[in-house]
Amino acid sequence: MRPTDLSLAQARLALDARQISARELTQAYLDAIAALNPRLNAYITVTAEAALTAADAADTKLAAGQGGPLEGIPLGIKDLFCTAGTRTTAASRILGDFTPPYESTITRQLLRDGAVFLGKLNLDEFAMGSSNATSAFGPVENPWSRRNDPDTRLVPGGSSGGSAAAVAARIALGATATDTGGSIRQPAAFCGVAGIKPTYGRCSRFGVVAFASSLDQAGPIARDVMDCAVLLRSMSGFDPQDSTSVDMAVPDFAAAVGRGVRGMRIGIPQEYRMAGMPAEIEALWSQGIAWLRDAGASIVDVSLPHTKYALPTYYIVAPAEASSNLARYDGVRFGARVAGADLTELYEKTRAAGFGAEVKRRIMIGTYVLSAGYYDAYYLKAQQVRALIKRDFDLAWEQCDALLTPATPSAAFGLDEKQDDPLAMYLNDIFTVTANLAGLPGMAVPAGLDGQGLPLGLQIIGRPFDEEGVFAVAGAVERAAGFSALPGVIA
Amino acid sequence: MTYMIGDWELVIGLEVHAQVTSQAKLFSGAATAFGASPNSQVSFIDAGFPGMLPSINAECVAQAVRTGLGLNAQINLWSRFDRKNYFYADLPQGYQISQFAHPIVGTGEIEITLDDGSKKIIGITRLHLEQDAGKSQHDQHPSKSFIDLNRSGVALMEIVSEPDMRSPEEAGAYVAKLRQILRYLGTCDGNMDEGSMRADVNVSVRKPGEGFRTRCEIKNVNSVKFVMQAVEVEARRQIEVWESGEEVHQETRLFDTARGVTRSMRSKEDAHDYRYFPDPDLPPLVLDAGWVEQLKANLPELPDARRARYVAMGLTPYDAHVLTLDRETAVFFETMARGRDAKLAANWLTGDYFAALNRLKRDIADPPVSAEHMGELLDLIADKTLSGTIAKQVFEHMLAGEGAPGAIVGARGLKQVTDTGAIEAAIRGVMEANADKLAEYRSGKEKLFGFFVGQVMKAMAGKGNPAAVNELLKAMLAG
Repeated sequence: MRPTDLSLAQARLALDARQISARELTQAYLDAIAALNPRLNAYITVTAEAALTAADAADTKLAAGQGGPLEGIPLGIKDLFCTAGTRTTAASRILGDFTPPYESTITRQLLRDGAVFLGKLNLDEFAMGSSNATSAFGPVENPWSRRNDPDTRLVPGGSSGGSAAAVAARIALGATATDTGGSIRQPAAFCGVAGIKPTYGRCSRFGVVAFASSLDQAGPIARDVMDCAVLLRSMSGFDPQDSTSVDMAVPDFAAAVGRGVRGMRIGIPQEYRMAGMPAEIEALWSQGIAWLRDAGASIVDVSLPHTKYALPTYYIVAPAEASSNLARYDGVRFGARVAGADLTELYEKTRAAGFGAEVKRRIMIGTYVLSAGYYDAYYLKAQQVRALIKRDFDLAWEQCDALLTPATPSAAFGLDEKQDDPLAMYLNDIFTVTANLAGLPGMAVPAGLDGQGLPLGLQIIGRPFDEEGVFAVAGAVERAAGFSALPGVIA
Repeated sequence: MTYMIGDWELVIGLEVHAQVTSQAKLFSGAATAFGASPNSQVSFIDAGFPGMLPSINAECVAQAVRTGLGLNAQINLWSRFDRKNYFYADLPQGYQISQFAHPIVGTGEIEITLDDGSKKIIGITRLHLEQDAGKSQHDQHPSKSFIDLNRSGVALMEIVSEPDMRSPEEAGAYVAKLRQILRYLGTCDGNMDEGSMRADVNVSVRKPGEGFRTRCEIKNVNSVKFVMQAVEVEARRQIEVWESGEEVHQETRLFDTARGVTRSMRSKEDAHDYRYFPDPDLPPLVLDAGWVEQLKANLPELPDARRARYVAMGLTPYDAHVLTLDRETAVFFETMARGRDAKLAANWLTGDYFAALNRLKRDIADPPVSAEHMGELLDLIADKTLSGTIAKQVFEHMLAGEGAPGAIVGARGLKQVTDTGAIEAAIRGVMEANADKLAEYRSGKEKLFGFFVGQVMKAMAGKGNPAAVNELLKAMLAG
């Protein structure tokens, strides 16, 4: 067995047992990165030297029996998390060579628990996208390919495309990611790995480059449900530096993974059964329902009547917040600057050169919906609809404990597909945005393959702060699915 | 008497920006001291760095609530921060965090007193918390602007009045009174020359009985005197516009203090679209009613209440007013008067002591003689150790830094003589030395009494108790 074959949980046991050293494990991943990253482009920055230094330090701790929960575990960090001393780009030209002198709370907690950082992972620019194609550092390639069309390069999904591709190709043992409208769950599903977006407020946003503050939430992407549980525990917790983080005890998520679903009521939202949904997605969903019923859960049909407004609501709220959050990238204090004759010209030239097309599109939409005369019709209305969407879920929780839905409306698509049609691209988030609008935990679990041999995922949505319930259902789906397929490009 | 310019009435409303007295900024831990070197008090939050988030400073909230309570205003237990979006080089985030739709303090009022003694209530519309921006300096380099972010993120209270003022005097009195209240509360140091307090002055004019006409806003006026001047010159400008048949246009203007005119800064058409929306980084600010009550219970006494108390203690309204103008003077007075004759203390403080401060160019906050020593001096007068005249001499020695009055009296032998034997001996000596004057007195020239008093006091080197001298002298001269 090669070191990169070990899951995170397995690797941690092997490290404790000194069957492998942290240096060996880290070196194996660095070798895999060197071999595969030129093709996949999952990493923007690889910090090989720092990783080996950290691995040696981990070995010292492990030898002394003082290893933390993630001691010696090599992780990739989405390049939206500020990492002290390591360039942080948000996959945008506008940040230039920005190297933060501070550490995000989440990466600080991962380091506290002994993790080894391999480098910074590619993403859609400022996390805006569903294909990782908007990155200023080039697209990421999905390590999976179609059985009958192996030469067409597929997208890994987005915005956490680098995170999902790296975990799937085993060039990271686990990864941090963020999810504003589906950016953890959709790429996890496209790449055949697991990913959870926890409840809004569970993980600190401090030090994570903001896209849409009321929707952004970080979480892990990992090989399986258990690995996600282990990573999420280290990432979670109250942070006084983030006023929206919640002061609640962090449960032992791993303990919930094997808990089973006997006695749980699983809701099936009828509005997610969309017209024109591919038969394979429909079939997978039915399969998932059967698995959970067989595992002892009761299945309940529930209604989330405002679902059809979720996507338009999201595409008002998220750009509005983004237009304001991205105002700070002005070329004055950090990042790239294009000189101008006066301040206005400096702004215009810097932002014209620094931002890509999708980011500009969303800044313009956001500026428009917040403008005097349009605010009530767009932003305020969207907030009202958002409240109704939240209420839909509140009512659903009276009937069930968790919801089961498809994670995406399709399997991964080609790098050249959908790129010219923003609206078609936005439809990728159709099953995932509701959890962001309502602040709920949502997890994608690989559950099967489509006719082309591409992975498909199921999504579990839980009550606020009931990640344990989500992990229990996800664990049951994972065991029933027995998903063991591997991508073509793998370490 | 209504203040009029010709047949025009003035309508004035003020928006005062007051810097909250606190160790740290509104949403970051950076320091707030005035005069620090540029960009030395800036956190990554204040500089708008990627991933940085605001977290509110509870002390700034408490200060805003105290101020609201001091203005007899409604405290809103639920308030919210909004983002005011605009681009400028000294606004690092690209937005200012402010309370646009839901301020922390609602309506209140301030009572002002005018020179003729009349009083007027000025309504407060609201008070909200917001961040200050940094400072742009355009005059340091021929082609560059310099940015100092020390002020970026500093907590401000914007205190908005109703358009209730009708004259420059009222506007001046309002600013002065607001400043006095803030200083009493300790919520703003009120240093207008350091920019801790500045006013945006809204002025319009109208014929009596009319509704409001178009107003102009004069930005960043930084003294009571300038507020009064700005109101006057802007009102005269607008009257001239109306009387020439033109219309006043709504705009923002600047007061040129050197030339004594207001100049247009930007018109309504150039106004920004600030795209206000609730700041998603900050949950609504929810206050506990019990906490507000606690702040209320611990609120310092305010000038109006203090003045009333002084009058009740027997002080004249004028002295009570003078002694409560600022908190330091009132505290000094109370320390000095504690357990003593308040009127005597007030006379000494407003008389000799204030004169000494003027002469020495000192401030009550940095007093040449402590309130405790002044109290001791009053005690020595009360127990007749010192006469008023000698007390003034002792005070001069105190000003010269010779220490406590008791020690000075001892060292210099300035103790007042109340021993009647000693006084009688002195009187006898004077009577013997002035037999002619004594005869004249006894034959009816009673105004020589003063001469004898003077001679006796001189003989006793001024240390005789004047009352005892008077009494004994009257008896002995009568024979």
